Amino acid sequence: MKVPLSWLREYVDVNIDVDELAHRLTMAGNEVDSIERFGHIENVVVGEVLHVSPHPNADRLRLVQVDDGDGVHEVVCGAPNVTEGQKIAYASIGAELFDAYSDEPGKTRKLRRSKIRGVESSGMVCSEKELGIGDDHDGILVLPKSSVIGTPIGDVLGDAVLDIELTPNRPDCLGVVGVARDVAALTGESLRMPTLEYEAGGPEVETLSKVTVVDGDLSPRYLGAVISGVKIGPSPSWLQERLLAIGERPINNIVDATNFVMFELGQPLHAFDYDKVADHHVIVRRAMKGEHLTTLDGVERKLDGDSLLISDPSGGIGLAGIMGGENTEISDTTVNIFLESANFNPQNNRRTAGMLGMRSEATLRFEKGLRAGLAEVGIKRCLRIIQLVAGGEIAPGLIDEWPGKGSEQEHVDLTRRDISRVMGVDYPSELVEATLRSLSFEIGSLDSGDSGDDGWRVSIPYWRSDISIPEDLVEELARIIGYDDLPATPLSGSVPRWEPGAKHAFRQKVIDALTAYGMKQTITYVAISDELEEKAPPPAPKSNGIRTVDGIKLDNPVSGQRATLRRSLRAPTLESAARNTRTWRGPVALFESGIVFGSQERDDDDPLPSQIERVTGVMTGPRNLSIWGSSEDDFDFFDAKGAVEHVLETLGLEAKFIPLEDSTYAQGGSAEVVTNDRKGTVLGSVGVVDDAIWERFDAESSAAVMFELDVEALYSLIGEKTRADNYAPYTRYPDSQRDLALVADSEMRVGDALRICTQNRLVKSASVFDVYEGGGLEEGKKSLGIRVTYQSDARTLTSEQVTRAEDQIVMRLERELGVTLRGQ
Amino acid sequence: MSESASASTQELERAALDSLAAAESESELEEWRIEYLGRRGVLSSRLRSVGALPVEERREAGASLNRLKNRLSNAFDEAAERASGSADRRSTDDGIDITLPGRRPNLGGLHPSEMMMREILEVFNDMGFQTVEGPIVELEKYNFDMLNVPPDHPARDLQDTLWIDRESKDRVLLRTQTSPMQVRTMEKQRPPVRIVSPGLCFRHEATDATHEWQFHQIEGLAVDEGVTMSDLKGTLYEFARRIFGTQRKIRFRCDYFPFVEPGVDVSVDWDGRWVEIMGAGMVHPKVLEGVGYDSSKYTGFAFGMGPERIAMLRYNIEDIRHFFSNDLRFLSQF
Repeated sequence: MKVPLSWLREYVDVNIDVDELAHRLTMAGNEVDSIERFGHIENVVVGEVLHVSPHPNADRLRLVQVDDGDGVHEVVCGAPNVTEGQKIAYASIGAELFDAYSDEPGKTRKLRRSKIRGVESSGMVCSEKELGIGDDHDGILVLPKSSVIGTPIGDVLGDAVLDIELTPNRPDCLGVVGVARDVAALTGESLRMPTLEYEAGGPEVETLSKVTVVDGDLSPRYLGAVISGVKIGPSPSWLQERLLAIGERPINNIVDATNFVMFELGQPLHAFDYDKVADHHVIVRRAMKGEHLTTLDGVERKLDGDSLLISDPSGGIGLAGIMGGENTEISDTTVNIFLESANFNPQNNRRTAGMLGMRSEATLRFEKGLRAGLAEVGIKRCLRIIQLVAGGEIAPGLIDEWPGKGSEQEHVDLTRRDISRVMGVDYPSELVEATLRSLSFEIGSLDSGDSGDDGWRVSIPYWRSDISIPEDLVEELARIIGYDDLPATPLSGSVPRWEPGAKHAFRQKVIDALTAYGMKQTITYVAISDELEEKAPPPAPKSNGIRTVDGIKLDNPVSGQRATLRRSLRAPTLESAARNTRTWRGPVALFESGIVFGSQERDDDDPLPSQIERVTGVMTGPRNLSIWGSSEDDFDFFDAKGAVEHVLETLGLEAKFIPLEDSTYAQGGSAEVVTNDRKGTVLGSVGVVDDAIWERFDAESSAAVMFELDVEALYSLIGEKTRADNYAPYTRYPDSQRDLALVADSEMRVGDALRICTQNRLVKSASVFDVYEGGGLEEGKKSLGIRVTYQSDARTLTSEQVTRAEDQIVMRLERELGVTLRGQ
Repeated sequence: MSESASASTQELERAALDSLAAAESESELEEWRIEYLGRRGVLSSRLRSVGALPVEERREAGASLNRLKNRLSNAFDEAAERASGSADRRSTDDGIDITLPGRRPNLGGLHPSEMMMREILEVFNDMGFQTVEGPIVELEKYNFDMLNVPPDHPARDLQDTLWIDRESKDRVLLRTQTSPMQVRTMEKQRPPVRIVSPGLCFRHEATDATHEWQFHQIEGLAVDEGVTMSDLKGTLYEFARRIFGTQRKIRFRCDYFPFVEPGVDVSVDWDGRWVEIMGAGMVHPKVLEGVGYDSSKYTGFAFGMGPERIAMLRYNIEDIRHFFSNDLRFLSQF
């Protein structure tokens, strides 16, 4: 809402500067977004003419002594109207003034020091035209006597337009008077209500026109008036200027008058050509389904059965509270007018306007809910303005159909306790009363009942539709009094019992494990394009009830790139990794912990889709920064597997890796992570990204590895515990380590050899310390180093016992896997 | 007088620099210093002998010797520095080259949004607020209706919604705020309630340096008997002290959010200017009544803030779009 200061001043004195005014309005809830200033010219201030004497060398010029508060300056002046004692606009050297002699509009010229007919002039006494505020250049502009010497000219003549970002609860401030009421309360000034009086004459309005409200639920009040014999034409300049100042285009005096009142008081009005309303009978009713109306803008609108239509006996003449009909528009030939000022149902108004895509200044107000009383004030004010700018005779009386009469809440009772229980402080009664009165609320006292809870009965004024409960009045008090002096107290009372449920802490643990593994956390958009998702499709449907059917589409996505809810984190994470390979010269190891969306077969009728937590990680490029002594290899399968193992170990979980068929991974290069128990719960997957798929992401690295973890499955294994496994007392007996140097067929799976080692009951653990294929070995063979740790919980093992166990292991390795000791 | 002492200044300089170049060890350097620059050294004795010259030559001779002394002194400093530098190098022959970069694992890291959220949540967790989470794809009734924003309410314009399904009976959307967790929590739990709810939110907005269509929000709610606006101020004051520094002040100004009354906008004092960081207010009685709380008995406050905006302020990040770009040049700075 644009509010020119000059317009605001019609209703309230503003004796503080514009920035301070904007600050106070902002603090009180009417945020001033910007201030546009007009008529402010640097180096031009109010001056006083001290002395006028003739110019020694020119008859038509005079020498003028001007006091500008800083000193006295001698100025050469050609204006005939300059006299001693005048307050004038004095421009000192350097002022940028409008060029009075140029044909080019808006051309300015910098004032320089100069000699005029031999006498030096230090500055200038300005005309209206030179200040850019009018066309008069016959003489200087004379300012009011009360102007204060030295005041910047902008403060006297200029204007500032406040652009206020209104909140939806304050339709009253969609009128300048509403803002003026807040200003009055915030500055201690009093409000001057615009006058509503007008002269009426001729036959009573009831004899000229008739209104029937059929659907009173959508039109609680409908007022009508008739003005006959108006003269249609352009509005006078004052009215045009008011509208232009807020960016509205003047149309004609009648339309301008209705717009003016809407921007002044917040009540939308509409003027019909009286003679084009059939039978001069206005009928307010729901449209029939499929009924058409051509609105003022020439567009034919198709209505549904819930649109409120203003009609006459022959059909529609306007869309209630949205836009008038073309058939009854005010034209140059209009002589008589039917003026409407009504109250319409806000939800219905908003719905219809939204359906037709016709949000107008009128709907902006109606949709927020206006009180019925405003319609009456609005029509009276508008009649006065029409009479002023277009003449005509106003029929006495108003048509006032008010089916909703009595249905509006009239007052709110506010108790002292209401204030303290909300704010935590008591406001003194005098402050409460003074503040409410400063906002023009009418207040009475509440009878002191048994509670002794004194308070006030506050009438809801016709302009405030947002006041209905005591808390609303508490806010009025707080916003005008201000929050600065409100104490800051800590919460007292008991801390609620802790309720389990959030996976939050669990998820943090997974994230922390991955960052500790050297990976960076990413967060991508939950909505992606189908093209992106297809680059690395979600895993195939599984037996755990999650069906990854088609992705869920948004009704109104921000763009085609963000149109479908992701079903997996694969494509987004691969894309992030690929993008980084083009700009980042180091390891790219990223993961995201996020939600994926799918539809789930459920027994209940939860209308929400399933929203499942997943973690997906991708590694690509060099494993290390180029650092001396470290491997220059790229990430491979075992880095991704290591990440998974790292997370599992952090959570105290054990799992096995079994071969997996998954088209995102390379054939034979991936594993499924499943629990060791009989159920074999799937916890995730890990693998080398299929070459063809990685190529689709246009990365600069040649390969990538990826893993996925099903956070829901992991969580279900751990629940509220922080680790899955339990503590076991560690053995106090010493261990002994023996290395096995083995030779096996290349195809032999090392995991099988390790399993044989650890299945021996004396073996505590076994680890692989070397794997080698190549020179010095028979074709098709690999050498393998396994370090086996033997330990018993019951006794110290003898060397014989260890050797016996080792022999058993070697035998099994040879028998079951064909693995032999090296050198045998 | 020594032989060199009688030589011309120029010859003296050449001889001195030659013998300096020949000095390798620190002890040889010290010998050189004593010979040339010492109190009883060549230059000192030469300077003393200037007094014997004719008056007209004294000035020039003295100045020239002083210049030479400066040059030799500088040359000595350089030589001494070189010698000690090679001493460092030498010491590595039998030790470790400590200038080689250390061996470090790759540094992982949290996303800045996650980092910021953890910090914020910790502040409120410490004050007894529990972390709760809710669905991203949400029902209209939780996101709007039960928060005092019925259909066709103009307050819906404040949050342009991304719809999943507008047509079905239970309309489904991407939540525009984490406030639905207020309602979901209160439906299940009796007062006292103290929760914070973090998560992703979405608005149908054009994206620019300060607007993203996807962002995180942390919603807070405290409901009990006797919870007041002063408590809200105290709670947020503590938050500001911990997140922005102990000297920070906060300021409330009136603002409108449909699910609170009165509503406030909270700004933090940031190097002399007030920067808006969140919306807050006293829970609207309709919201309390909607979940079956007695609004004449219980009051509550709620607040909502954007971790990305707070991180932008704290770390001087100029563009909100960095957060979901996942560029390592950005991520690796946190």
